[in-house]
Amino acid sequence: MKRLAALALLALPLPALAEDVTTYTLDNRMEVVVIEDHRAPLVVHMVWYKAGSADEKVGQSGVAHFLEHLMFKSTDTMASGEFSKVVAANGGSDNAFTTYDYTAYFQRIAADRLPLMMQMEADRMRHLNLTQEDVDTERQVILEERNQRTENNPGALAREQFRAAQYLNHRYGVPIIGWKHEMEQLSREDALDWYKLHYSPNDAILIVAGDVQPDQVKALAEQYYGVIPAEADLPVRERPSEPPQTAPRRMTYVDPRVSQPYLTRSYLAPERDPGAQKEAAALVYLAELLGGSPFTSVLGTKLQFDTQTAVYTGAGYDGNSLDATTFNLSVAPSTGVTLSAAETAMDAAIADFMASDIDPAQMERIRTQLRASEIYAKDDLQGLAQRYGEALTQSLTVKDVEDWPQILQEVTPEEIKAVAAKVLDINGSVTGWVVASQEDAK
Amino acid sequence: MMMRLVFAAALSLVAATSRADVNIQQLTTPGGISVWLVEEHSIPFIALDLSIDGGASLDRPGKRGAANLMTATLEEGSGDMTAQEFQAAREALAASYEFNVYDDSFSVSAKFLSENLDAAVDLLRQALITPRFDQDAVDRVRQQVLANLAGDEKDPNSMAGKSFYAAAFGDHPYGSSLNGTVESVTALTRDDMIQSHRDLLVRDRVYVSVVGDISAAEVGPMVDHLLGDLPQGGPDLPQHVEFGLPGGVTVIPYDTPQSVVLFGHSGIKRDDPDFFAAYILNTILGGNNFESRLMTEVREKRGLTYGAYSYLVPKDHAEMYLGSFASANDKMAEAVQVVKDVWADVAANGVTQEELDAAKTYITGEYPLRFDSNEGIAGIMVGMQMIGLTPDYVVHRNDFINAVTLEDIKRVAAYLIKPDQLHFTVVGQPTGLESSQ
Repeated sequence: MKRLAALALLALPLPALAEDVTTYTLDNRMEVVVIEDHRAPLVVHMVWYKAGSADEKVGQSGVAHFLEHLMFKSTDTMASGEFSKVVAANGGSDNAFTTYDYTAYFQRIAADRLPLMMQMEADRMRHLNLTQEDVDTERQVILEERNQRTENNPGALAREQFRAAQYLNHRYGVPIIGWKHEMEQLSREDALDWYKLHYSPNDAILIVAGDVQPDQVKALAEQYYGVIPAEADLPVRERPSEPPQTAPRRMTYVDPRVSQPYLTRSYLAPERDPGAQKEAAALVYLAELLGGSPFTSVLGTKLQFDTQTAVYTGAGYDGNSLDATTFNLSVAPSTGVTLSAAETAMDAAIADFMASDIDPAQMERIRTQLRASEIYAKDDLQGLAQRYGEALTQSLTVKDVEDWPQILQEVTPEEIKAVAAKVLDINGSVTGWVVASQEDAK
Repeated sequence: MMMRLVFAAALSLVAATSRADVNIQQLTTPGGISVWLVEEHSIPFIALDLSIDGGASLDRPGKRGAANLMTATLEEGSGDMTAQEFQAAREALAASYEFNVYDDSFSVSAKFLSENLDAAVDLLRQALITPRFDQDAVDRVRQQVLANLAGDEKDPNSMAGKSFYAAAFGDHPYGSSLNGTVESVTALTRDDMIQSHRDLLVRDRVYVSVVGDISAAEVGPMVDHLLGDLPQGGPDLPQHVEFGLPGGVTVIPYDTPQSVVLFGHSGIKRDDPDFFAAYILNTILGGNNFESRLMTEVREKRGLTYGAYSYLVPKDHAEMYLGSFASANDKMAEAVQVVKDVWADVAANGVTQEELDAAKTYITGEYPLRFDSNEGIAGIMVGMQMIGLTPDYVVHRNDFINAVTLEDIKRVAAYLIKPDQLHFTVVGQPTGLESSQ
């Protein structure tokens, strides 16, 4: 009966997200995406720049994120901090985020405040005017942010080391927030050079989601953003690629603040590419099959139920990336189980998976959940906006975004096995152990 | 200058739009359970939230951590299904059930596709009414809880909380972590799970909200089926307790580069007539925005932290006014002094009319934006019921905010903000900061 429910679901067409999404490009080549949702009198206004930490100059790690902070300081016409103050005084909230591939700014506010938001966002795209004092104080803030996120967190310090080992040549190996010693040296000029190089309409995506009409948004976008001249000398996003990895990399991170020993394994893996998302879709299934649900996945079943090898298992894959991404596994052994025993059990479980047929019932459960996630996604306006922003700053097209749910539905067991054989290659991997003392590293 | 004008013009618009537009239906099921419903048929799924008064404070003597372990084991087998069978069934329906326990309540947040309504409610009912608590499941989850407890021992924020709440509340349940201790959790038995389930999951303390693709006629039978077989009556709720931690500083040495601090003193009840004034006051003092006094003084002007916040914590049996931030070891002492100065200034002088006006337009403008998703509305409606509000509160809430005057703020600040009673519990190696006697 349960199987019938799942099959009945499959017969239904996917919810048509596309009907609520309108896209166009301004004359200055700024792309615009409008997502309608009229349930609440709300708008989410976002500007995404196709510039992230992996685009930074060597020696200036963290400058993309540093500028993100400084964008809330003064412009020619607005005082330092006034941007957020105006947003708040209008009943809204605002923030920003930086990743390897993009930097994005957003406000969540009553829909009738959209013109004001566009006016202010367009203003700081062109007229940032930083004082040395603001730069010096904000550098202390990002160093405290690094303290909070990384220095005080042994797991984050370990991840930083493992990632640096995974990417020998590509800037994905450098932390988004920056290496501490380089953050300390970031100057006002470094930040402004970054700003001048990357902050222009033809390097940006505008996303407006909520209780708005596409034609109204278009008129406003033309009024506020359309008048900004395109940057003629936009830098080409040329990033170094990884050399072939020919040997497994291993490391042990020791920190007395670690309470629970664990191991992680990462493999270099393909990302979603324009018109070519099938391998990425198969990897989504592979992650779910190997370590999605602790109750029904391969690692969960074998290491947490059939045996008491682990207290935690997981697998993860995020195909949203401009360049090669990673496929990740992690295991936290049960008390009395060594890391090497846990790693052996993990490898045996994967070898067994490769040698066996994929359980059709598990395959259908994952397919059903992916389909349902498209319905649940409609309840999350900001999440929908995020999909388009990520995709369009990572070289995908609107069509790729709209094709993705159906591509996920069509993944076959054969495709999963094929991509698993390609990606799960120990010669392309980094295995990291995280322990409190050398005694635990056995 | 241009922006200042836009800002002033925009203010007048706020009042016109700042009213939550949500149609709450208040129903009583045939079985007598009260339910709040918002129908929203544009997306084919349903969000269901419920909360039951009591929570982990009902742990029996010597059984600290029982409610937490019981709650985490609900999804590990029920009816005739083992843990893996239950989860496979849930995954096949693409339903999600989150079980949580807090000091004062047990809660469930569920969502499921409307086409799977009956099967998804059946399965959730099974977990709530007939959990198995198989010994192997209890033992497996116990290992996970013990791993979390080991993590708390080395996590600066958990260390600060443990010390702070123990000193503030002693033997009252609020004085210890609901996760329990290694000793208490190790000793918990399957019978303790059954007792905790009987104590916490009771029908006469439940609040329910439903949002989504379902009609009022369907909701009554659905909720009766889900909860009708829960027993009536649970143990007495804990007594009220005074916040017992005097002003001062506690330093807990820990080798880590950045110190963390939890600070606070006693607070104000949620049903106090002054609560709205206190809420506005806190928004100005340390609310979750970049403009608060704490953010301005500690972060924006001095770069001493990534974020500094304060929050009113009106629990069911105690009231606190708390705050937290983190600063490098060599900056924590200065940051603590800045917070003390902010506190003293507001206690003595209140806030400015400009600050009050800006806070009001923020609070009243932000309120209707909260009602932007089925899941969000379901959570808000259970929260409202738990503190005794009626559905028309969403219409009048902004009027309550707008009625607060500068004089009210000054009067409330004079007794709520107590600079001499602030206690700072710091974990790290802060330079120039020592425990007071």
